[in-house]
Amino acid sequence: MISLKEIVEKLKVEPVSSVHSLDRPVASGYASDLLSCAMRRAKKGYVWVTLQCHMNVVAVATLVGLSAVIITEGNSPDAETLSKAEKEGVVLLVTPRSTFSIVGELASLGIRGDLEG
Amino acid sequence: MKKNVITVSPETSILELKEILRINRISGAPVLENGRLVGIISIEDLLKALQEGDLHSLVRKRMTTQPITVLERESVVEAVKKFTQHKVGRLLVVNEQGDLVGILTGGDITRGLLEAISLDYHSEEVRRYRASHIFEDIVSDQTSLLLRYKVQPHDFKSGGAAASKLKRALERLGGAPDTVRRVAISAYEAEMNLIIHADQGGEVIAELRPERIRLTFVDRGPGIPDVEKALSPGFSTAPNWIRELGFGAGMGLNNIKRCADSMKLESKLGHGTRLEIIIYLRPELGENVNSS
Repeated sequence: MISLKEIVEKLKVEPVSSVHSLDRPVASGYASDLLSCAMRRAKKGYVWVTLQCHMNVVAVATLVGLSAVIITEGNSPDAETLSKAEKEGVVLLVTPRSTFSIVGELASLGIRGDLEG
Repeated sequence: MKKNVITVSPETSILELKEILRINRISGAPVLENGRLVGIISIEDLLKALQEGDLHSLVRKRMTTQPITVLERESVVEAVKKFTQHKVGRLLVVNEQGDLVGILTGGDITRGLLEAISLDYHSEEVRRYRASHIFEDIVSDQTSLLLRYKVQPHDFKSGGAAASKLKRALERLGGAPDTVRRVAISAYEAEMNLIIHADQGGEVIAELRPERIRLTFVDRGPGIPDVEKALSPGFSTAPNWIRELGFGAGMGLNNIKRCADSMKLESKLGHGTRLEIIIYLRPELGENVNSS
């Protein structure tokens, strides 16, 4: 299974929290800016791609047990969100690129979404 | 112990023995004659022979006859006693008939002890983190654990705090991962509903029993004008600024419904809303209840 470290290196996304936890494997991926959708479809070990960058992203990541969240479109989480992410061991990765191009690259690295639905 | 022991014959020369020990990286070998255990020869015997320039002598001359043995059915404690008593580096393990079945070294004992310690440590950890035994320790006709979490109105920063704490509690109680996930998702959605819609905030009440969890979310208003409409996917009354944060997609109640084994939503406009869901902690129990 591909690790976060490889994603960070190949996609040039910048880790901004829990930077020492990049050895985590990535099971699959999901992309949406709706938190309810992410709650429902993203599962343990997934990477979630979204442009949302507020505190609740961390809550979703914790509750679902995500491997990491990639925050797109140059959005950057505030200090409070970052410290919460650090405390909960949530890996946040940021990038100026669009969700579409990030998902495309993840797919080319062999990360597939759910087959159902 | 180690099975498939490398053995030598009494007719093996010390020179050959040296090679056998070197190639197999062992420090001694039992001596078998016609399948019978007749002695043991170790690297110390080899060193003595070297010192005396007696490399061409045979193992028969240099070996220790009557080696220290331990019966295979005996306990490890017995073996440890023999190690200290005879100050030997290895014990030959024999069966009732006196046939060699294995060899036991100090290293085997240490490894065994280390494994036992780490197993012990692991089970200690499980004990500490699993509070589930409270249901066995505390005797009553029906024991349940009641957890309450207060939710403040419009407190987006704490969104998911109650759900996270509840999730952790369930993990400690030994809930199955899938059940914990369903509880976490429904608690989060309902908690966010309280934060977004309940003008005075509300409360999450989790009643845990060994077989099921009942989550109740209560608030004192504003109430839902049309409950049926609220339950239809995609319907939302959330203001735009909340939608921009990725909430209010009209999926919350729907998500909850998918996760719950049963769900009841009651609301009175101007008074408040009460959502009650039940999730079975052991799926097999849930199926029984659902089918009956």
